[in-house]
This record gives sequence, structure tokens and C-alpha cells, in this order.
Amino acid sequence: MARKLPAKDVVIIGLGWTGSILGYELAKAGLDVVAIERGPWRDTATDFPPAYAQDELRYAVRLDLFLRPGQETLTFRNNGSQTALPIRSFSGFLPGNGVGGAGIHWNGQTWRFLPTDFQLRSHLEQRYGKENLPADMTIQDWPVSYDELEPYYDRFEKLCGTSGKAGNLGGQRQPGGNPFEGWRSSEYPTPPLKQGLGATLFAEAARKTGHSPFPQPASNLSEAYVNPLGVKLGQCTYCGFCERFGCGNYAKSSPQTCVLPALLRFPNFSARTESEVVKINLDSTGKRATGVTYVDTSGEEWEQPADIVLMCAFSFFNVHLMLLSGIGKPYDAQSGQGVVGRNYAYQTTSGVSLILKDKILNPFIATGAHGMIIDDYNGDNFDHTGLGFFGGGYMGAGQTGARPIQTRPVPKGTPKWGAEWKQATAETYQRAFSLATHGSSYSYKDCYLDLDPTYKDRLGRPLLRMTFDFHDNELKMSAFLTDRLAEIAKAMDPAEMTASPRKGPYDSTIYQTTHNTGGTVMGADPATSVVNRYCQSWDVHNVFVPGGASVFPQNHGYNPTDTVGALAYWTADAIRDRYLRNPGPLV
Amino acid sequence: MATPPAAVRPGPWMFFTADEAALIEAAVDRLIPPDHRGPGGKDAGCAVFIDRQLAGPYGRAEGLYTRPPFMPGAATQGDQLPDAPAARYRTGLKALADYIKSTFAGKSFRDLAPGEQDKVLKGLESGSIVLKDVKSAAFFALLLQNTQEGFFADPIYGGNREMAGWKLVGFPGARYDYRDWVDRHNEPYPFPPVSIMGRSDWTVRE
Repeated sequence: MARKLPAKDVVIIGLGWTGSILGYELAKAGLDVVAIERGPWRDTATDFPPAYAQDELRYAVRLDLFLRPGQETLTFRNNGSQTALPIRSFSGFLPGNGVGGAGIHWNGQTWRFLPTDFQLRSHLEQRYGKENLPADMTIQDWPVSYDELEPYYDRFEKLCGTSGKAGNLGGQRQPGGNPFEGWRSSEYPTPPLKQGLGATLFAEAARKTGHSPFPQPASNLSEAYVNPLGVKLGQCTYCGFCERFGCGNYAKSSPQTCVLPALLRFPNFSARTESEVVKINLDSTGKRATGVTYVDTSGEEWEQPADIVLMCAFSFFNVHLMLLSGIGKPYDAQSGQGVVGRNYAYQTTSGVSLILKDKILNPFIATGAHGMIIDDYNGDNFDHTGLGFFGGGYMGAGQTGARPIQTRPVPKGTPKWGAEWKQATAETYQRAFSLATHGSSYSYKDCYLDLDPTYKDRLGRPLLRMTFDFHDNELKMSAFLTDRLAEIAKAMDPAEMTASPRKGPYDSTIYQTTHNTGGTVMGADPATSVVNRYCQSWDVHNVFVPGGASVFPQNHGYNPTDTVGALAYWTADAIRDRYLRNPGPLV
Repeated sequence: MATPPAAVRPGPWMFFTADEAALIEAAVDRLIPPDHRGPGGKDAGCAVFIDRQLAGPYGRAEGLYTRPPFMPGAATQGDQLPDAPAARYRTGLKALADYIKSTFAGKSFRDLAPGEQDKVLKGLESGSIVLKDVKSAAFFALLLQNTQEGFFADPIYGGNREMAGWKLVGFPGARYDYRDWVDRHNEPYPFPPVSIMGRSDWTVRE
């Protein structure tokens, strides 16, 4: 029997980016807020100091900062005819854990979606004809527009201090920035990072082949910065330990470096770590949440009553908790009815690896998000007539380091070990460079999340089950994108080049991205969405999913974090300015 | 609060038996042979690295999802073996030693000529050598992965001794600040590698 705690105004499940932003905004509005986080507390000085943050084995290979599958994992299958099996060790994607969540170990690549991405279905139907979209593709329009979200993107980027160069200020094209991006109300808070030789050579080749390269927007900061919350960030040192690592220099934007120092000053905010929410509790009508039940490290159950419940976990675990709590109708792939778990999507990435002639690239000098990029083949930035697919992605030189356990390129045909391997490894490291495409992943009727019938977690709850595979549309897109990238790569005059378009089936053992989206998607119609345009549950009005990637109706050709942060601010404003005045459905 | 790393202590094997260690030391020296560029896997400490890893949380598959049932699946669904790495080494090394003993007239792996050792390793890699109750290709892949981890991980874990792996490729290690070097294109980075514990030439010698 759970012991009941004194009631709070707001309970936050998960203290990562969205949890800390909502915590700050609502504590500032005077509400009594508690965050419950399943993982440990984490601070820069104690958890990833520059004395040992740069430990590839510990952080990148043994995955020290990530969720342990023994605590929670999911099962996976490519299609409904297979039996899903548990992901026993994470490798294909890496969910975060602890305070800061995925905001600790991300690369800092900070992208807005395109204006047309937000009207994806209606835009494509209008331009190409409804009959040309695959019948089982379940993409839909977002219930918010780019114009509505722009001020919130701006707020999140100012929170982060993102480094970059605008390509479109209030509708005016800006030289040096991304000519395809939606309008921005202001320039990036900090100027672009410096570029290494590999990215510089790519940019030259891209220009030569008629493209428009620009520096990747980076939340690894080009200079010291004080954000609007009064929190100070340091300058990035190009150390090359970003992805999978915490930043010891206070130079990568994260809840730790951007929000928590300000949030923790509020006496009306508190956090409980190593405490896992097992259920959102509903009243007898099932239309109002009364709070949450969580388990602490000793196995003790606690009930935390609250007027508002904010689901701020990583995308999978918002879906999981909603299914376990009986909020919303679970999706049934056979009938296509139901919504919770529907429209799971991912990212379709690919690469072109190069070995250059007579170059010293120093590939270990890197940040998670520097690099030169082109956006010519993203979204609907190019005419898809006759191509046989929709969607696209950005591409370019975004190599995030060359830590040698995981990055040791060798020429084609080199044995995997022995004298020849050793020689090739020594001779290639300085001359090798990789380019990548970062493509969209549209949603389909047969790609979804539900509860596994066999496997249970440590608390006896069914694991979440993922059913996912790449579809022809995405594979054709990846082939097209990779061909374009290879054309540019050829202009770099490499000694050797290997283009690797994404091929099916989806392999959960090969790291691609941790951009897992959908399952509690936002929309204008309760028959095809779990939350409304304010990220509020259609069924239980005091439950919100404030911006986690689980609300994306499909995934676009960009990294999700900027949109996640923008939606967090958008939802915080809706709760503070509208919901508190008149608690009830906002739509 | 995270635990700071503790350097592995030299001394006796913590996981391997003497025979197992002899086999592993011989094998890692073929996987990464010594040459004019620098030491091989043995002198770089790869066997020590693997030993300490297997004696620790990695060897016990700590933190992984280990609940049954264990069912075979598609390759895309990942490893479904019930055994943790330590157990996989114990059974794999036993099966390999038995195979060599029966195939090479009672010899052990370290007694074979380098060419013969390579032939055995290639046979494991391709799966053409069949070991009793052990998938030889999977066992070889694990051994190769751990050997290369040891060669390129921070020396604090017992391998990459004197930063041999980092010197081989030109990786400067734990330096953590390249602001002065990011836009010095096509120039070799001039400073030697540093590990989490520093460098041996920083240590005062008596």
C-alpha cells in the first residue's frame, strides 16, 4: 500500500529538458512543483569533470550515463509476424537516464523544422496529389504552425545560447546562413563555431557543385554566454567528447548548464531522484488524474497527489506510462483504431566515408555539432515529382570526433586484425573523414508501440514493445540523398570513397540515432492524436506531455531537441496563461 | 555522484587462470602484432585489460536485461545469449584449448607457430573451426572487440600501455582543449598523448 504524501500543485515525471523548463516556468508562476526522476542526480563538477569526462570506454562504450536495460528496456521486432525480443543491451539507440536526461549526452545539434513540415500532409497532397501518397503512410499535419512556434524556438535557442548564423531574418535572406530555413525573429545568440579542415573541404566542394553550405547550429558554445535565466555557460574547447558524454566545460547546453542552477533557487520546487513513477492515478470518472505513484530505491511505494501531471520522460517512456495508466485508447495496428502507441517513427540516416589524399585532418578536434551542412535536399526544399518518395534530410560534414575505440577507419578490403590491419589503421586515421545524411522518417500504419505480452520489467510491468521497419519511401529517399552526398564527396577528390545508403531491415544493434518519436502524438483530431495542440491529453485534461518527441506526428529531416524545447515553452505558456485560469480541456 | 575512475592494479590475474591467460596473451599478440610502429597486444596490456574487465561489472553483464525467456531471434533483434561475458570467455577458452589439443597433437595455442596461430584465429573468425557448445565466430568477435577496446581505451584500464594505441594513430588522448588548433588546418598536432592519469614522463623517477 502506497504511503500518501502531501499534495502538490504540479508533479513532473522526469527531469530532463522538458521537465526542467516546465519546472522553472511553473515554479516562477508560484506553483508548488515536485519533479520525480527515475535516475540519479547529476552535476558537471561531480559527474563529468574535465579530469575524467573524456573516458571513451566508460561513457561511449560501456554507456555509463545511459539508462540500464535492467532498469527498463523494450522489446523489438521488425514486423507483426515476428516475436518481439528484449533489447538486452542498448546499442541502436541510447535512452538517457537521470537528471538532465538525454540533454546531457546529446551532441547539441539544434535544428528547427521547416514551415512546410508542420503542414506535412496537406502540403504534400496539395502539391503532389493525394493519390500519390502511400496508402499506409499515416503522416498528419501538426496542430501548430511554424509561425506560432517561432517565438518558442527563439526562447529555447536563447536558453541554450546556440551558436550559428541565421539564413532568414524576418523573411530577409542572410548570406552565410541556411537559405531554406523558416524565418527567424533574431540572429543566433552566439556566432558559429570554428570549422576543421574536413568540414571546410566539404563546404568548398558543396559550393562548387551548386549547393549552399552553412555552419550547423550548435549548442556547443562558440563563446561564453549568460542566458536569460542568468546562468553562465563556458566556451567550447573542441575536445571531441560530446556525443555520449557529459560536458566538463559547461560549454554544452543541458538542463545542468542552462536551467537547474536557476530552478533550484525556487523554494517551491523540489526533486526526488532514483524514484520511478509506476502509474498515473485517475479518479473514479477516469477523466481527471489525482497524481502519481512512485517507487523509491528501497522498493517503498509513495503516492504523490497533484493537480497537474506533466509527462516529461524520454519519448518511449511517456508512451509506456500512458499505456500502463489507462490514459487514452491503445492503438490497434490491425484495425488502425486507437491512438496511444500510434505513429512511432525514427530517423533515416546514411553516410559517405572518405579517405583523402595527403591531408592532416586532426579528426579528434571536434564538437558534437560543428560542421558544415547543406539543406538543399530536406523536407520539400526540392521537387519530388517523379522521384517515387517524399521527405528528405540535411547532409554534410558533422563528424563529432575520432575517439579511437569506435572510430578507426581503414581502406576497403583491409582485414579486421593482424599486421595489415595495424598498418592500415595507423596510415588512415589522419586522412579519413565521414559525411552523413540525416533523413526524415514518416509514420506508417504498421509502425507502432504497445505492451509486450511476455517480457516484464524489474517492477513486474510489461515492457514496451516496438514494431518498426523502414519502408520503401524512406529507403528510396536515403538512396537519393546518399547519391547527392556522394556527388559532393567526389568533388573533394578522395583517394577512396564508400557510400552507404540506409538499407532495410531496421537493425536495432547498429547505432543510428536516439531520435525515437511518436506514440503520444499531438493533433487536431482525438481520433488520430493523444494530445491536443497544447500537448494536453484529450482524455484526462490535467495530464500534459509537454513537448517530448513522443508528441511528433512523424519525424522530419532534423534532430528533434530544438522542437522539443520549443514545445515545452509553448505548453508552459498554455498552462500558465490559460489552464490555471480555467482548468479543463483547452481545445 | 559518480565514482571517479580507479586505475587497475598490476599483479596476478583476477579472472583468467594461468593457462587461459597464456592463450589470451598469445592471441592478442596476433590480433595486434608487434612491429616497427610499436608494441603488440600483449605488451600493450590487452590481456590485462580483458582480465580486469571480466572480473568487473562488464564480465557479469551488470545492468543488462537478463530476464528469461531466452529465445533465438533475427539478427536485427540483438544478442539473446543467456551467458554474461565472463561465462562466455570461460566456456569459449576451454573449448578452444580442447580443439587445439586434439588438432595439434596435445599442444596449446601458445606453442603453435605464428602462422598456425593465425590460421586458427581465421578459422574461428569465419566459423570454419567448430568448437564444442560455443559459436566460434561470435566468440572470436567478442575477443577481437575486447582486444581493440584494450588497445585504444585509456591506460587506466590496464591496456594501451604507454598509450601505444593512441601513438599508433596519433590520437592525443585526454587533452580536452583544442581551441588553439581547430583552425590550424593541415598542420600535425605536435603534442604527445596524455591519459587521465597523466603521462609516465611526468612521474619523478628516483
